[in-house]
Amino acid sequence: MEKEPIDKILDLAEDLRWKIGDDFHDKLTEGIYADASEIVSNVTRSENSGGRSRLDTRIDRIVTSKTWGFPIMFFILAIVLWITIVGANYPSSLLSDLFLNTIRPFLKDMAVQINMPWWLSGFLIDGVYMAVAWVIAVMLPPMAIFFPLFTLLEDFGYLPRVAFNLDYLFKKSGAHGKQALTMSMGFGCNAAGVVATRIIDSPRERLIAIITNNFSLCNGRWPTQILIATIFLGAVVPQYLSGVVAVSAVIGIAVLGIAFMFFSSWLLSKTVLKGEVSTFNLELPPYRPPRFWKTIYTSIVDRTLIVLWRAVIFAAPAGAAIWLISNIDVGGQSIAGWLTEMFNPLGFLIGLNGVILLAYIVAIPANEIVIPTILMLTVMITGVAAGEGAGVMFELDSANETVEILRAGGWTLLTAVNLMLFSLLHNPCSTTIYTIYKETKSVKWTSIATLLPLILGFVVTFLVAQIWRIFTG
Amino acid sequence: MSKNTNTGCEGCPQYIPDDVKRLGVDTGDADYVVALAGNPNTGKSTVFNTLTGLRQHTGNWPGKTVTRAEGAFIYDKKKYKLVDLPGTYSLLSTSEDEEVARNFILFGKPDVTVIVVDASRLERNLNLVLQILEITNKAVLCLNLVDEAKRNKIEIDERALARDLGIPVVPTSARFRKGIPELTKTISEVASGEIVCKPHRIKNMPEKIKNAVKKLSSELRKQFPGLPNSRWIAFRLLEGDKTIINALKKRELV
Repeated sequence: MEKEPIDKILDLAEDLRWKIGDDFHDKLTEGIYADASEIVSNVTRSENSGGRSRLDTRIDRIVTSKTWGFPIMFFILAIVLWITIVGANYPSSLLSDLFLNTIRPFLKDMAVQINMPWWLSGFLIDGVYMAVAWVIAVMLPPMAIFFPLFTLLEDFGYLPRVAFNLDYLFKKSGAHGKQALTMSMGFGCNAAGVVATRIIDSPRERLIAIITNNFSLCNGRWPTQILIATIFLGAVVPQYLSGVVAVSAVIGIAVLGIAFMFFSSWLLSKTVLKGEVSTFNLELPPYRPPRFWKTIYTSIVDRTLIVLWRAVIFAAPAGAAIWLISNIDVGGQSIAGWLTEMFNPLGFLIGLNGVILLAYIVAIPANEIVIPTILMLTVMITGVAAGEGAGVMFELDSANETVEILRAGGWTLLTAVNLMLFSLLHNPCSTTIYTIYKETKSVKWTSIATLLPLILGFVVTFLVAQIWRIFTG
Repeated sequence: MSKNTNTGCEGCPQYIPDDVKRLGVDTGDADYVVALAGNPNTGKSTVFNTLTGLRQHTGNWPGKTVTRAEGAFIYDKKKYKLVDLPGTYSLLSTSEDEEVARNFILFGKPDVTVIVVDASRLERNLNLVLQILEITNKAVLCLNLVDEAKRNKIEIDERALARDLGIPVVPTSARFRKGIPELTKTISEVASGEIVCKPHRIKNMPEKIKNAVKKLSSELRKQFPGLPNSRWIAFRLLEGDKTIINALKKRELV
């Protein structure tokens, strides 16, 4: 039979491969390096033969040192959070004043003038508009501060140093060192972090990175942490300490998340995802002075507004749903009321309450609306004279009022602590779940990634609640 | 270029008008396809954003672009589609990002491949450049971050580099938009065939391998006349690359 010409070539290749031996790849690589070095010696002149500037090396020696690496990391995180918390207060109250005291009465008046039926204006203004307004007022200022700061650090070149510092721990837990980078992305948005795991070649290590990404406290959850830490934990200490305590509590939660990430990576690599740790080269890029204004601009336009838009899109229907379940009565009680009652026993067991659990179910599309939903439902259930009525999300003028309402809803310090823990440890938002499915194409791994943090959340809050109750009687 | 201008700059023959129209993601019916390759962290994404007017996020860390990003611009009435490939150190291994980059340059047959390198890390960056030059004849070297190299007291003779590599070399500092008009102009000249490249071929190889490659590639050229990268195909066949074997069987490379 006549052979195809292509087969002849393949045979020849096979034949030649035998002849040249199996070190072809190495020889080729060596050849490339030799050529490169010849060319470079021809065309460059350098007074600094090391290539790396001495300042870079000196900075690296400090920020990646065994002694100072970790303290510097936490210190930088603390500074970023502190600026975010302190700086967001003023614009937040300004925005909520605008949305609630100026625009809302205006919309209400208009609804009355055009004879809109009460249920429609309730549904649109109290449900949809208020949810959107809340999300913008609460989320925009901290994001507009947090994201640019984070991006500046990124552009400066600090993140690869974080990866360098954490590499040892990742190796210990059977995961890939590049997971440090995807984890950092997760601090902005878990869905983005999951997509970023594509930089990890080994499928085993990539799955570990995907499943554990949710332990990075994402942008939708920072505001919850910050708010609860400020009004509950900051309030139990003297005023001059409250800022420090609040910041430390939020950092504590973020660090706890990192600890859980290592723990579950280790657990996964010892059980369902066994295998070797692959090695890789991590290049420490040179430090580059970030272009300040450009970074501010792009991080506000690209990250902040995109994330905000996503939150708004999810908040609008969620606001509508909340209004509906609060205003449709079945057997003399609203649907929300029934559901809250149903969840209360479980809520008590884990140091939370039915309202919080219901809020977490309503807020699966977006973590950002958990707090407004909780407030709204609490007001409805307790009948405290605040806010705007059934199913209306609202912003409270002062932190004190928020605390009053939550205390009336039976909140204690335990509730606040466990809410912070549960906010860290629960299922990813629906966008992230969908992204995980798209990346893994597997129902099994998607379910594991969804349920693992939720189960951990129930276990941890349960234990904390039991221990707390033993010690406080 | 108009001749009756009043300002000194525009009359000068050195003047390059930056009449680039940035089209963002509108990449339909492009006249030319331009691939953007380079090591991680060389400012590739910045070059991409500057040329297309897009704002793909750039950050100072390796491996940020994981998938291909596409954008377009119009220069001198021709439309260019720009494809930002993942940053890689080499094209010889099996990792996903290297495969994406390698396959695009090989099968996507871009009209021009722009290789972005970090001027202060030229030697390490050349590793990838030399591999790309084995695959494609039409390439431009974008010698980026020259400001940083200057700060680190590294001087590069661009003309000598262009001569050694056999492709045009454009020094840039994309973050500050320096050298971008020159880069666009060079891209257009290579795309239109005004500049013909004579890319460097890897020289330092044992005789045994050299002969094997020669034999295999001349056989390949006999079967597939017009194959521009027979040497690279020979390399890959000697490594036993299954993708290449299949592609040859399906005649996808010619």
